[in-house]
Amino acid sequence: MTPVLAGGGPVIPNFGKATGCIANDNSFFCTTWIREHWTDTLQPALIQHIWLTAIAVGIGFGIAFLCALAAHRFGWLAPPINAFTAFLYTVPSIALFQVLVPITGITVTTIEIGLVGYTLLVLFGNTLAGLRSVPPDVIEAARGMGLTRFQVLRRVELPLALPAIAAGIRIAVVTTISLATVAAYITPYGLGKPIFDGLQINYHTEYVISGLLAIALALVADGLLVLGQRALTPWRRAARA
Amino acid sequence: MALSGLTRCRKRSNKTPFLSSEPGSEPVAFPWLSASATAAEIVFDRATKRYPGRAQPAVTELSLTIPAGEICVLVGPSGGGKTTAMKMVNRLISITEGDIRIDGTSVRSLDLTELRRGIGYVIQQVGLFPHLSVGDNIGTVPKLLGWPKKRIRDRAVELLELVGLEAEDAKRYPGQLSGGQRQRVGLARALAANPPLMLMDEPFGAIDPITRERLQDEFLRLHRELRKTVIFVTHDIDEAIKMGDRIAILHQAGVLAQYDTPDEILAHPASEFVERFVGADRGLKRLSLRRVSDIELEPVTVVSSDTPRCSESTTLRDALSLMLTEGAHEVAVVNGGGEPVGVLSLQRVSDLLREQVPA
Repeated sequence: MTPVLAGGGPVIPNFGKATGCIANDNSFFCTTWIREHWTDTLQPALIQHIWLTAIAVGIGFGIAFLCALAAHRFGWLAPPINAFTAFLYTVPSIALFQVLVPITGITVTTIEIGLVGYTLLVLFGNTLAGLRSVPPDVIEAARGMGLTRFQVLRRVELPLALPAIAAGIRIAVVTTISLATVAAYITPYGLGKPIFDGLQINYHTEYVISGLLAIALALVADGLLVLGQRALTPWRRAARA
Repeated sequence: MALSGLTRCRKRSNKTPFLSSEPGSEPVAFPWLSASATAAEIVFDRATKRYPGRAQPAVTELSLTIPAGEICVLVGPSGGGKTTAMKMVNRLISITEGDIRIDGTSVRSLDLTELRRGIGYVIQQVGLFPHLSVGDNIGTVPKLLGWPKKRIRDRAVELLELVGLEAEDAKRYPGQLSGGQRQRVGLARALAANPPLMLMDEPFGAIDPITRERLQDEFLRLHRELRKTVIFVTHDIDEAIKMGDRIAILHQAGVLAQYDTPDEILAHPASEFVERFVGADRGLKRLSLRRVSDIELEPVTVVSSDTPRCSESTTLRDALSLMLTEGAHEVAVVNGGGEPVGVLSLQRVSDLLREQVPA
């Protein structure tokens, strides 16, 4: 598709009938266009984007969490896991997505594999750091009172690691939301799709509003996570009061 | 998690009564303990701890018997193995050779979690769970033992009052407490399931001197009420003399240098090492073991207003110090109402010192 925005007539393919600001100019924020395309373009893209992020961080956290538990139990596992997740993190995203296409095709799976890979470094690192930050005297007291190893993990180490884990999840969510827009270069899905579409036909409003939605999504998700973490760690505020 | 722990407890209770089921029936009977005991006799039987690759054992053939209900202080220089010896009781450190028996039952024969839940454990850094309220901290072991919620709550309030805190403190978090308050909560937590034995690893070591003294006094008062067997580790000989019914002095490599009452150790140090460890002022230290009410006082004659006064519970050492600092030859001992009940003279203290410490 080539951009067909020649001067003179308002010719905007695939955008329905051109009215209001759509017809008049190519502004950066045409509210009429946003209103008309909220339900058929922006809203579905936003919902897809939320799912992309949730699944990537969910799976990433599952993997990272198990790896962190293993590395916490067997310390020698930590350096190799850390090196591997760091390696994944350094691979340029577009290249990674491109490499995956021959294997998993132009699918959502391709996006998710890439996104999951990028979450692992921060999720693994923070979870392990959280588990390791539990004061040794607290662990000793717990064991001395007859908590089993699993009870120490479940009742003491994990709750105390929660702030670090939550911090990792926040970073993972925000970076995944932004990175997922790039993934649409390979598989048209999520907010990245209207961004690339808008860029391709040089229609400013479409990519501007999609980009703004991605930013807003990141801010809202981060805020919700902060609230969630506060609700789960009431002792931290109490101690400061 | 919680459930797995509970079901395991219940399963065991089929074999032995793990916990008397009637609420309020104290003390809790631990399976390895005679049902009625509130305190347990502890026997170290040539208990030895060796670490692989180290020439010297950390604890060498330690043998001693702690009668039920007494406070035994393990004291010695660092590297003396006193903490190691204590941790072998609840098997935070495994025993290499020999044995430790609680009321005749070898700690090696007991299930690890069961053993530990029946032993109160207090450490210097307290180790309160920062994410749990004070009430939940105290309720840790009762919860593991499957007590009903209401009983756990009531027990927490009871213990808070016992250790000098208030019922409302149950809702606070450890981060909101002072160091002294935290150690009180640590003590309450260790007492929660009414264990017949307490292990205390330098419990007052990280607390300022004034609070430490108050906590020591309160713990002694508490101990007179509860009469549990206590193993108390410290590096401070003065604390050992104050707290211990018996003192075990451990030398390098956990060799027992002397095990006796504070008075005997101060009067008859078994070796040069003990003599050096208790200090050249051991005569004075012995004075701190006795209170003015313990000795026969001279009758009250005329007490001038310049004569310093002390209460009946003052130690002889403090009375002597009072006389020396005030430049007085005697001190008037007054009762609770401020009435003089007798006079203690410098000469009398000096006589006592000489008759106490044979050359």
